Amino acid sequence: MSGPSTYVPKSAFAKWFDSRLPLMRFAHDTMITFPTPRNLNFWYAFGAILTFMLGIQILTGIVLAMHFVASADGAFDSVEGIMRNINYGWLLRYMHSNGASFFFIAVYIHMFRGLYYGSYKAPREILWILGVILYLLMVATAFFGYVLPWGQMSFWGATVITNFFSALDQIIPHMGTAISTWLWGGFAVGDATLNRFFSLHYLLPFVIAGVVGLHIWALHVPGNNNPLGIDVKGPQDMLPFHPYYTAKDAFYVALFALVYLAFVFYAPNFFGNPDNYTPANPVVTPPDIVPEWYLLPYYAMLRSVPQKLIGVLVMAGSLLTLLFIPWLDTSKVRSSRFRPMMKQFFWIFVVDCLILGYCGSQSADAVTPGLHMLPLVWVARVGTLFYFGFFWVVMPLLGLIETPKALPATIAQPVLSPAE
Amino acid sequence: MMKVLPLALVGLIAATGSAFAQTADLSLPEAPQTQSWSFDGPFGMYDRAALQRGFQVYKEVCSSCHSLNRVSFHDLSYDNGGTGMFDDAQVKAIAAAYKVPAGPNDKGETTDANGTPLTRTGIPADHFPPPFPNEQAARANNGGALPPDQSLLVKARDGGADYIYSIIVGDGAKPPAGFKVTDGKYYDPYFAGRNISMPPPLRDNSVTYSDGTKATVAQEAHDVTTFLQWAAEPKLEQRHRLGFGVMAFMILLSVLLFLSYRSVWKDAH
Repeated sequence: MSGPSTYVPKSAFAKWFDSRLPLMRFAHDTMITFPTPRNLNFWYAFGAILTFMLGIQILTGIVLAMHFVASADGAFDSVEGIMRNINYGWLLRYMHSNGASFFFIAVYIHMFRGLYYGSYKAPREILWILGVILYLLMVATAFFGYVLPWGQMSFWGATVITNFFSALDQIIPHMGTAISTWLWGGFAVGDATLNRFFSLHYLLPFVIAGVVGLHIWALHVPGNNNPLGIDVKGPQDMLPFHPYYTAKDAFYVALFALVYLAFVFYAPNFFGNPDNYTPANPVVTPPDIVPEWYLLPYYAMLRSVPQKLIGVLVMAGSLLTLLFIPWLDTSKVRSSRFRPMMKQFFWIFVVDCLILGYCGSQSADAVTPGLHMLPLVWVARVGTLFYFGFFWVVMPLLGLIETPKALPATIAQPVLSPAE
Repeated sequence: MMKVLPLALVGLIAATGSAFAQTADLSLPEAPQTQSWSFDGPFGMYDRAALQRGFQVYKEVCSSCHSLNRVSFHDLSYDNGGTGMFDDAQVKAIAAAYKVPAGPNDKGETTDANGTPLTRTGIPADHFPPPFPNEQAARANNGGALPPDQSLLVKARDGGADYIYSIIVGDGAKPPAGFKVTDGKYYDPYFAGRNISMPPPLRDNSVTYSDGTKATVAQEAHDVTTFLQWAAEPKLEQRHRLGFGVMAFMILLSVLLFLSYRSVWKDAH
């Protein structure tokens, strides 16, 4: 799709360099002349926003790591030292902790956008799968990072999550326990666990950066999908990436950063849990152990199953399901704009995720607000069923029974004139 | 953090279904009293006079049981860009009034002839010495309960400053009929379980303010909570000031980028 390169080296040095390593040619073709559908809307700005957030997290993280002490005795104190004694340490740390939340806000919008416009369908399956891998890497990185301040929620969150593996004891006796012990580097979450989590927390962002490279590569082979979900038919449907999309993305990145920084400066602990300002104490369990907000829907699904092993499998299944979406959706039409039924199920699915998130944030014995006879776990159960039903039943079925609206012929000839 | 989804959804669901009136459940704590704080809002700053009074309350009342491990004396200074509430000379005098544990002397001794641990006069670089040498001693002196360190207390409790204030003023309230206060504990409607080990910490005139402020329980509680908020978040003022500049810059940048976005796209439609 990108076609032959239009890069012309301007200087003798550029010519000399280009014939040895066509780095400038690559940058020119991918970031300047790259032909992009002309109708990408606001929701397509989140790729740039995510790249920006990854950069923020890596930069602030590298400096924080210079002051962090990875030991059960020193971690909490060193984080407080960063907050109190390091110049602008409070800014670095609040940018990093809120940055994680805004990274997830952006990735969820990015994923829902892909779902809505059918961006996972042929020929973009690999692009989608790389995206799911990126998301899983983000979840792992965020989990490791949340453990590092070594507060109560860090410690007990790590204990709960790593204990999932002990459910495997139900398949082969002692296997799960053996895996947990191996992961911990001991018989409980402790100093060794904190050290390896720090090591992995430093490693994974660079793995993410590498997979982002693959993700963009896989994007640039078929080119962008677009809100109409139809293929580009020729140059009249396209605009060069620069200056059109650089200008557009720059504005939306600044707007996103504005909201993000408002939280950093004015509500820096909004997304945090107060319990994490109490140093980790292995003999005092907090009344409610809750993960960070971005994992709450999965936590709700886990707890909705009374049997531990099945609960863990349900949670793992809810994540792995995402990998199969390109083949679960049987519709020939990409964009939900032209899929009246899919559009409705999509929004129900969004609400379902929010409800699951709410269920995950409440204590295990909570009741449904307004309906005191109904234990909240039943809401989570229905929500979990719908989550799986949406992907494994609704998606395959809709492609067969739904009548899509007429698609426009080209992007340049807009929706107003129906297809011939 | 988990306030985002809950608030939106609780509103939604409650609006549709909640006709049942909830009866007061005495096993659950009451919601904290909402107070007006000088540090609230994007332009919030610490009230210096309240910080000085609050420090006095901490020093004369709270510090007999609660440590303040993460705060050093020089943190109390506002000189040289400091975030505190006293000048350097005052901080020096405050530190000198404390005896802090001293290391081994030239002979390698850590105790004097009577076995008492060696101490020395405090200097601004020292941290506030804890009231008890260890957790066991603290518990033994407080009926088995451990008075928590106060350096991060405001940030470590749901409800923040409002909660800390409410706990202080609510402690020792008269329990409602039918509520049995556990032996050795006190009724506090804002505390989880409503039985608190801390005796009512403040009375009217627990301290005598030198600036003439009337030392009511509410005033003392408000002042010491302001001080504890400062202890937990000493960089709040710096954060609010820098935030204003950053927000102004980001708004200007967004406007300029929006205009360039519009101008670039003008010929594309």
